[in-house]
Amino acid sequence: MKAVSGRAGRFLVGLAPYAWLVLFFLIPFLIVFKISLSEARMGIPPYMPLVEWADGAVAQWHISLAGYGALFSDDLYALAYLSSLRLAAIATIGCLLLGYPAAYAIARSPGHVRQPLLMLVALPFWTSFLIRVYAWIGILKNEGLLNMALQALGIIDEPLQILETDWAVSIGMIYSYLPFMILPLYATLEKMDLSLLEAAADLGCKPFKAFLAVTLPLSMPGIIAGSMLVFIPAVGEFVIPDLLGGPDTLMIGKVLWAEFFDNRDWPAASAVAVAMLVVLVVPIMAFQHFETKRAEREG
Amino acid sequence: MNNRAAALYTALALVYAFLYLPIVLLVIYSFNASRLVTVWGGFSTKWYGELMHDHQVLDAAWLSIKIALMNATLATLLGTLAAVVLVRFQRFPGRALFTGMVSAPLVMPEIITGLALLLLFVGMEHLIGWPDGRSMTTIVIAHVTFSLSFVTVVVRSRLSQMDRSLEEAAMDLGARPLTVFLRITLPIIAPSLVAGWLLAFTLSVDDVVISAFVSGPGSTPLPIVIFSKVRLGVSPEINALATIVVALVGVAIAIAGRVMMRNERASGG
Repeated sequence: MKAVSGRAGRFLVGLAPYAWLVLFFLIPFLIVFKISLSEARMGIPPYMPLVEWADGAVAQWHISLAGYGALFSDDLYALAYLSSLRLAAIATIGCLLLGYPAAYAIARSPGHVRQPLLMLVALPFWTSFLIRVYAWIGILKNEGLLNMALQALGIIDEPLQILETDWAVSIGMIYSYLPFMILPLYATLEKMDLSLLEAAADLGCKPFKAFLAVTLPLSMPGIIAGSMLVFIPAVGEFVIPDLLGGPDTLMIGKVLWAEFFDNRDWPAASAVAVAMLVVLVVPIMAFQHFETKRAEREG
Repeated sequence: MNNRAAALYTALALVYAFLYLPIVLLVIYSFNASRLVTVWGGFSTKWYGELMHDHQVLDAAWLSIKIALMNATLATLLGTLAAVVLVRFQRFPGRALFTGMVSAPLVMPEIITGLALLLLFVGMEHLIGWPDGRSMTTIVIAHVTFSLSFVTVVVRSRLSQMDRSLEEAAMDLGARPLTVFLRITLPIIAPSLVAGWLLAFTLSVDDVVISAFVSGPGSTPLPIVIFSKVRLGVSPEINALATIVVALVGVAIAIAGRVMMRNERASGG
């Protein structure tokens, strides 16, 4: 009796989140795939149904690859994908270069200051992302604070064009995603067994070599988790390139936005989304694999 | 050795400067009398005054708060259940799919999630007549879908670290599973629920991309209003609004921090 009620209870506990995610996360992706194969038309909704039942039972299929056609025929899309991957890679490397020393310094600081230091890293994440990106416009523009400071110091004579370039987009992405890199890095560095470094030192290993041979490999799970948390969302980023980038900044998120909101071409927007998912499926699966392993180790 | 430590802490200080300087500048310039955002024209609070009379902003802010409250509550409920499922139920049919669906929203580009949800809502409306257009309801559903994953991460780590012997003792004394959960487990993981709730709240108040897809003409949340203003350029009014947001978040974090610290001490953690 108890086992039965236990199983029923478990079923009920699991049902709500399971059903929610199937309905509002899984099924929508299937719909995106379906609509990417539909024909565009003027009207509401602006796509044709895939199957129409004409005269009773005769099914009329309307499958169209037009949404995908443009992806291959127009260079714009391929360039936007490449540019997104490039900018996301720059953001990931930038976050790693800034985040690793920071995470390392926090992990090796005295125990009682670690939590406050970590809080300080996470805090900006709690304030508005939109507002933090917006703040960079005032800093990077031609008559902005950075150019004024550089000119006052006599480093440059003419203002540098930074806003509306890929530089601004890279800075904005590194800035926005940095906490996502530092937190997982800290988690692995903090757990590291320091006696391994002592052993290396006792055996005559120089600190830098010990870092390369011991610390770096042991912090690999953190590097991978942090890189995924930065890279994957950065590929599909829209707000940062829209606000900080210029008209030449090509990113696939901007293309999708334009197809959907400006051209009202839902099949094309869906095809762009499907293609983005195809690019991201390998890193997403890898992320999930590492997350599951990490959770199992913790549990 | 000391040199190395000094270099390390210098790097850390630079990272903090990088993270906080833009926010500090925003706050300073919100008190700038000049309309030219980067030219200092003296101290003034007039932009705050203008903000208080901007009905578009005030209505949007109120709508965003309502959405965030509903989202945080629902996401905490579902996210906690999901965490319990992942930590406590080792084997059940579809576990791999469930794990995937819970962690994917953490990294999924928002623009894909937003598009997918809008297409679902349009399809559902076509099929069953619900939801009737885009409204607060569709925004809440969309926000819950992506923020419940963040709640799950927070609650899950607390749940997997907790000492189960208390639960076992209660079970041995004949307490039913539901009683054990409500009287033992829930109080122990409560701080993570508070953290998860706050996280879900801020994610919702801040979301632009997903809201842009699933909001309708009559339901424009604050980030969408800010975004359309920002696209037109920097304005001192937005600086004032940003400062208020930063101040509110600061106060909320301070309160949450105190509550959590007191709980940690009470539970001897």
